[in-house]
Amino acid sequence: MNIHEYQGKQILKQYGVAVPEGHVAFSPEEAVKAAKELGTDVVVVKAQIHAGGRGKAGGVKLAKNLDEVRTYSKELLGKVLVTHQTGPEGKEVKRLYIEAGSDIQKEYYLGLVLDRETSRVTLMGSEEGGMDIEEVAANTPERLFYEEIDPVVGLTGFQARRMAFNMNIPAKLVNKASKLMLGLYQAYTDTDAAIVEINPLVVTGDGQVVALDAKFNFDANSLYRHPEVMEMRDYDEEDAKEIEASKYDLSYISLDGNIGCMVNGAGLAMATMDTINYYGGSPANFLDVGGGATAEKVTEAFKIILSDQNVKGIFVNIFGGIMKCDIIAEGVIQAAKEVSLSVPLVVRLEGTNVELGKKLLNESGLDIVAAGTMAEGAKKIVELVG
Amino acid sequence: MSVYINKDTKVLVQGITGSTALFHTKQMLEYGTKIVAGVTPGKGGTEVEGVPVFNTVEDAVKATGANVSVIYVPAPFAADAILEAVEAELDMAICITEHIPVLDMVKVKRYMEGKKTRLVGPNCPGVITPDECKIGIMPGYIHKKGHVGVVSRSGTLTYEATHQLSEEGIGQSTAVGIGGDPVNGTNFIDVLKEFNEDEDTLAVVMIGEIGGTAEEEAAAWVKANMTKPVVGFIGGQTAPEGKRMGHAGAIISGGKGTAADKIKAMNEAGIEVADTPSVIGETLIKVIKEKGLYDACKTH
Repeated sequence: MNIHEYQGKQILKQYGVAVPEGHVAFSPEEAVKAAKELGTDVVVVKAQIHAGGRGKAGGVKLAKNLDEVRTYSKELLGKVLVTHQTGPEGKEVKRLYIEAGSDIQKEYYLGLVLDRETSRVTLMGSEEGGMDIEEVAANTPERLFYEEIDPVVGLTGFQARRMAFNMNIPAKLVNKASKLMLGLYQAYTDTDAAIVEINPLVVTGDGQVVALDAKFNFDANSLYRHPEVMEMRDYDEEDAKEIEASKYDLSYISLDGNIGCMVNGAGLAMATMDTINYYGGSPANFLDVGGGATAEKVTEAFKIILSDQNVKGIFVNIFGGIMKCDIIAEGVIQAAKEVSLSVPLVVRLEGTNVELGKKLLNESGLDIVAAGTMAEGAKKIVELVG
Repeated sequence: MSVYINKDTKVLVQGITGSTALFHTKQMLEYGTKIVAGVTPGKGGTEVEGVPVFNTVEDAVKATGANVSVIYVPAPFAADAILEAVEAELDMAICITEHIPVLDMVKVKRYMEGKKTRLVGPNCPGVITPDECKIGIMPGYIHKKGHVGVVSRSGTLTYEATHQLSEEGIGQSTAVGIGGDPVNGTNFIDVLKEFNEDEDTLAVVMIGEIGGTAEEEAAAWVKANMTKPVVGFIGGQTAPEGKRMGHAGAIISGGKGTAADKIKAMNEAGIEVADTPSVIGETLIKVIKEKGLYDACKTH
């Protein structure tokens, strides 16, 4: 789960990380009021969307007076921003962050992320701030530094100082920078974050080390123990079908095609998408019903798939292990009754309780095309969708 | 022969009184797995499916000599269950539970350094040595005793591959699901090493998916060390970048973890990679025929 920049900065503030003063605004009037309260010569009007690359896409404006604040706010609110992370459809701006301008001397990069190779959280830092860090890693890897963090002791003071020196932070500001890093790590672990990025971190003319941006992404498995993080969730930023699916613990991702897929297990779900593509079709979604699904959940999954107007056919591919085939069959039958099913349905069942599942489907009177294997099922649905 | 588990393995079920655990305990018992104990705090002294239940893993091990545990404990408590198994010095803990917080697993992994217990999973289907011992949630009937080792990051894809092999009369020595989480216990290389040394394993199927670099590392290891033929498959070849596909680990980000990179690394290591999941069995058969191993692998 992602949150907005201004929400990330609220978290950082609690951990003693310096951030510029700012207020969120939902209208030009609120934006002007916020700028008045800040009272600085320059304020920054920043579009709040869950995607990076806002600056390049024209989503960040410097305003030198209240009129400019009003003009830029009007311009940005309701505008669809297209950045390299939003996809071609872009994202509509519904919130702004009005922030005091900073006297930037130099920009740096700081990030915390899980390193899968070491199974440790790793602090990354570079003096190549404000840039796409993946480009830095690819083009000038010697300018990107890492500190692997032992979970027993957490990020240590010497590691933070070493990072600050490696990043060429001015010597007199190294202590401030390392204190900021320690706060950042504490925020990361306390909130069960998956990624925290400060890009840029800046050194200002008056000798402060300030987080000018804040990107937080949280571990979905940990949200149950963070109601304070869940409160920051902005449903406007997420796909409606994905939100609906998450209510039922279904893992659903919207895609561009026209064949709805319902599969158990993430690996098999990906492989099913691959197989549909292989036979010339195009999947409308990734959907893993998971291991602990009930007939009710399966019914909801079916409804979510059908709520996508592009769906011209459905392929159910189940290899039951922890998931029982009869549960899937019950859910499919229930769903087909509730929503009058008008598109072709191909079902492939195998695994735990398969005979029971097949029997239920046969006796349901539903118009279901049975398939013996994944390949056969994929071929059939591609043919039926045409 | 087989790897990790066999007919003498004494299994303990952590969280045995939960509904999923109960169902699969029954299935494992029917398969012939020696389940000697269950653990559910507060239910010590009772019995389910004829299996004695204990309050702690330590008590269960003392009373029954269990040496491998399988964990069905709900995600918020699963990391603690793994620690309990490690502290009791079991040979192996197989964690089926999915959705364990990642930072919990970071701590577990650190705690396990230098300890005796091998962890498989979490978020995995388990381990099976056909006709001897089934530990986990995989359907037993799709397996057949034989000489092909299977190792996979994905549960249901393992079933898919194993089923294809069995249908063709190619049995398995052991099938190991290592799980789809970014921080897990046993990795591809651990299992490949075991298969390489196991006299009864003649060839290996390795199933990976997008995200991380575990497949690339495994491919490098195979190139340098493996004496037996390996065939593979990578799930998520058509997955778009930046979308997390169910498994916490399955995501292509920053151009890393793509199926193309993995397939390239595997091909370079001499691993033949199946184009679609439906031909994993076919691909294995083609390769073992080329190596003259088909007759030895075919179960009569």
